[in-house]
Amino acid sequence: MNLRILRVLLRKEYLQIFRDKLMLRQMILMPFIQLFLLSSAATFEVKTANVYLVDLDRSQTSRGLVDRLHASGRFAVVGSSASTNPANDALLSRKAGMILGIPHGFERDVVNNRHGSVQLTFNAEDGALAGVTNSYVQQIIAAYARELGAEVRPMVVEAPRIEIRTRGWYNQELDYKDYMIPGILVQLLTLVGTLLCAMNIVREKELGTLDQLNVTPLPRSAFIAAKLIPLWSIALAELTAGLMVARWIFGVPILGSIGLIFFAACIYLIVALGIGLWVSTTVDTQQQAMFISFFLILVYLLMSGLFTPIRSMPQWAQILAEFNPVKHFIGIMRAVMLKGATLADIARPLLILAATGAIALTFAVRQYAKTSS
Amino acid sequence: MTAPARSPATGPAISVNNLTRRFGSFTAVDNISFEVAPGEVFGFLGANGAGKTTAIKMLIGLLAPTSGEARVAGLDIVKQTEDVRRRIGYMSQRFSLYEDLTVLENIALYGGIYGLTNDEIRKRSSTMLQSLGLTDDLVGRLPLGWKQKLAFSVALLHEPAVVFLDEPTGGVDPITRRQFWELIYAAAQRGTTVFVTTHYMDEAEYCDRISIMVDGHIAAIGTPRELKQKWSVLSIDELFVRLARPT
Amino acid sequence: MTATLHAFIVKELRHILRDRQTLTILLLMPLVQVVLFGFALRSDVRDVRLVIVEPQPDYATLALRARMIAGRRFKIVAVTPTMAAVEPLFRRGKADIALAFEPDFASRLESGEHARILLAVDASDPNTGTTMQVYARAVITAYEAELGAQRGRPVHIVPEVRMRFNPTLESVNLFLPGLIALVLTLVSALMTAISLSREKERGTMEILLVSPLRPWQIIVGKVVPYLGLAFANALTALLAARLIFHVPFRGSVTLLLAECLLYSMVSLALGVLVASLTGSQRVAMLVALLVTMLPSSLLSGMVFPIASMPAFLQWVSNIVPARWFIIIARGIMLKGVGLEYLWKETLVLAGMTLLLMTIAVRTFKPRVA
Repeated sequence: MNLRILRVLLRKEYLQIFRDKLMLRQMILMPFIQLFLLSSAATFEVKTANVYLVDLDRSQTSRGLVDRLHASGRFAVVGSSASTNPANDALLSRKAGMILGIPHGFERDVVNNRHGSVQLTFNAEDGALAGVTNSYVQQIIAAYARELGAEVRPMVVEAPRIEIRTRGWYNQELDYKDYMIPGILVQLLTLVGTLLCAMNIVREKELGTLDQLNVTPLPRSAFIAAKLIPLWSIALAELTAGLMVARWIFGVPILGSIGLIFFAACIYLIVALGIGLWVSTTVDTQQQAMFISFFLILVYLLMSGLFTPIRSMPQWAQILAEFNPVKHFIGIMRAVMLKGATLADIARPLLILAATGAIALTFAVRQYAKTSS
Repeated sequence: MTAPARSPATGPAISVNNLTRRFGSFTAVDNISFEVAPGEVFGFLGANGAGKTTAIKMLIGLLAPTSGEARVAGLDIVKQTEDVRRRIGYMSQRFSLYEDLTVLENIALYGGIYGLTNDEIRKRSSTMLQSLGLTDDLVGRLPLGWKQKLAFSVALLHEPAVVFLDEPTGGVDPITRRQFWELIYAAAQRGTTVFVTTHYMDEAEYCDRISIMVDGHIAAIGTPRELKQKWSVLSIDELFVRLARPT
Repeated sequence: MTATLHAFIVKELRHILRDRQTLTILLLMPLVQVVLFGFALRSDVRDVRLVIVEPQPDYATLALRARMIAGRRFKIVAVTPTMAAVEPLFRRGKADIALAFEPDFASRLESGEHARILLAVDASDPNTGTTMQVYARAVITAYEAELGAQRGRPVHIVPEVRMRFNPTLESVNLFLPGLIALVLTLVSALMTAISLSREKERGTMEILLVSPLRPWQIIVGKVVPYLGLAFANALTALLAARLIFHVPFRGSVTLLLAECLLYSMVSLALGVLVASLTGSQRVAMLVALLVTMLPSSLLSGMVFPIASMPAFLQWVSNIVPARWFIIIARGIMLKGVGLEYLWKETLVLAGMTLLLMTIAVRTFKPRVA
């Protein structure tokens, strides 16, 4: 490849990029908006569950149970009544997420028969949330039952006890931002690599300048390199800005090596750019380019484990996810930033990315050569 | 990189032999043959959809012919496409310089692509600015007429043997059109072959020779004077209407 | 005047129907999205990979192991005698949770001393981390109670659990209304914005504006075909929900369709507004992405519960139409409620449509000149 031609073309690309003020402003603002918006909006963390109480027993024992729920700090009683109708209403109008029903004679049953029952009714629209909340309540109820057991008739031999200590590694404060931000950075690189790349090339098609270049002796390799290198460098600049915001504004830990992060990003960008280049060869207008890239990115992101865990997906989706470069790169970013993973730890996903990059780029360049002659 | 050369002293600048292009069952260019001499201004006329653009795209190597052959500047357009591209200039009907680059930046880009040295680029761009009376501004801010003249000059930057102009004066006022044709003559004077398509029949009269394409065929070819005599019409305009609408 | 408008709508319809490629994309893509994401998006935690750290296996540790995997939520990927092996497994992403017994676990249990267990969780994903931990604790507590029952007559409080509206706890039931909102936003807001700004870019809009058509008629003509398209998309998405995912339709289907139509109108109004405020396709697209797609997917409660967001974003989510539509759609489909519970949300959507349409029509004409 003729280096002088490449230099001339690169100069042209950079001039155009830096002259497009609107685009430039968006590229500068994008990492900030995405980090701020996504990192605070994208959280599943639910602090308290709203409980509606239907206590027909009104005894010391029933109040004790409600107190235990309260004390856990995870439940807030938002209303109570002696009939089920208002409770149902609260569930339907989403004021309460759970109804705790304590039947008449609860205390009597517990004391006399050592066996009482309560009713838990959940708004299970969000099934996963309802499941977790249910599990919490059950633990509190079990603990309360044991307490009552000891009170009602102290045992001669103490019941066996298991003491559970828990430790959350890598993210002890359970801060959702720490988890989301590495993924958001990946999304940022994907947008720049794929969407902007496709739009940039198709724009030249629409304007007719691509035809003009095609009648010159300009080698295709030089043209493609001159298109990809600027976006590649811009994406890396975005990553730098993003990492700085993550570290200094959000306080996200970066335990692993920064060099490793950039090394992996360089490889990932080849994949993203290759896909963008491929999209640009299949369409004629910016509208189509946007539509197709947007669809691809949406599929890639939603199936990448960014928002919902991959292991919760059905088997076939998990197999598909193995072919999703975004998934691998998100895995790498999270492992390096939060867990301090080393090159050896991320070797496998990195190799997969490198292979995907080689394939995507070769395929896209072939496709490009085919359509333009 | 070899310096761009004028066409060889011997042989035609363009020679086309039984060139054909089909799209599915539709034949856009049907077995056409003609020659253009070096330094000639050749007008390539035809109604919309007659096959002009398809023919030009084949000659400049953007489209592969279905059959037949053609040589431009003595080089085969299929086997020596890359060499052909070094020796031709092209200006399309859509304005296709970069509007978000300045005049000099555009010149530097195309000069670089054609392998001119920095010195040559500097020299030629200052001559170009002077002769066109332009200052170095963003191309997008220039009026259309200036843009067209600039695009033509850029197409000539590497001193090609043949320059292809596809409706270069569309939408331009009569005075600028006149100035544009002066540029064309000057280029021809310096030995560049000019291959031009147009919808303005008065422009056709300025050409050394013209051809008129109808439905993929060449219906008439010759100097404007010859053609007018042969068909006994007063103007090319009249001839064009008669050929393009045979009934 | 109605004849002119009629002719204009027919012209717009022809445009859309003629561009087969785009039409196919517009009809198929939403369906693909609904089916793909309906299957794949799950927020529950399953197949948790468990490491057992067991210095000395005994009957109690083995019994707990068996109970851990009995619920099928956990699967054991490694058993090691020391904690040292856990860290590398976590770092490589090969395990999610470790359950470590102390030595002499069973004998401590018998002697009435506290037998200790350490649960170490990969909490880099806090949600999954907490959930895994809650489930693991539940298994251990149940085992503890079981042991207690063998010793004496403990008190039992049996919770009778009812999962209303979604007894099988299917994620798809939760996400599907949101997916429908996303699809409708994509087709209505994004496509309208781009289609209108393309006419502006090509100059064809000026021809329309000098015609006897009034601005609102041009907008109506542009919007009606996309409204039809959006409605077709809503229908296919709902059919997919019913036939493929068996999402319940407990409420009135007519009401649901009417609400879909209403939501499409809000989105269309937003699309028109974006187009009238921007100059080129590129800008229109970026702005449309920013003001429609992003909030509709993130601030609407579709995936992430609004209650978990910071107060500021909760406040912002009030002006996101998708938020209200999702409440309505979930209400009708899962809870079977009607307007008596949803009148407020419906009014909000109607008000938004009216407001946006008025602004759009007002800003439309002068910007083109």
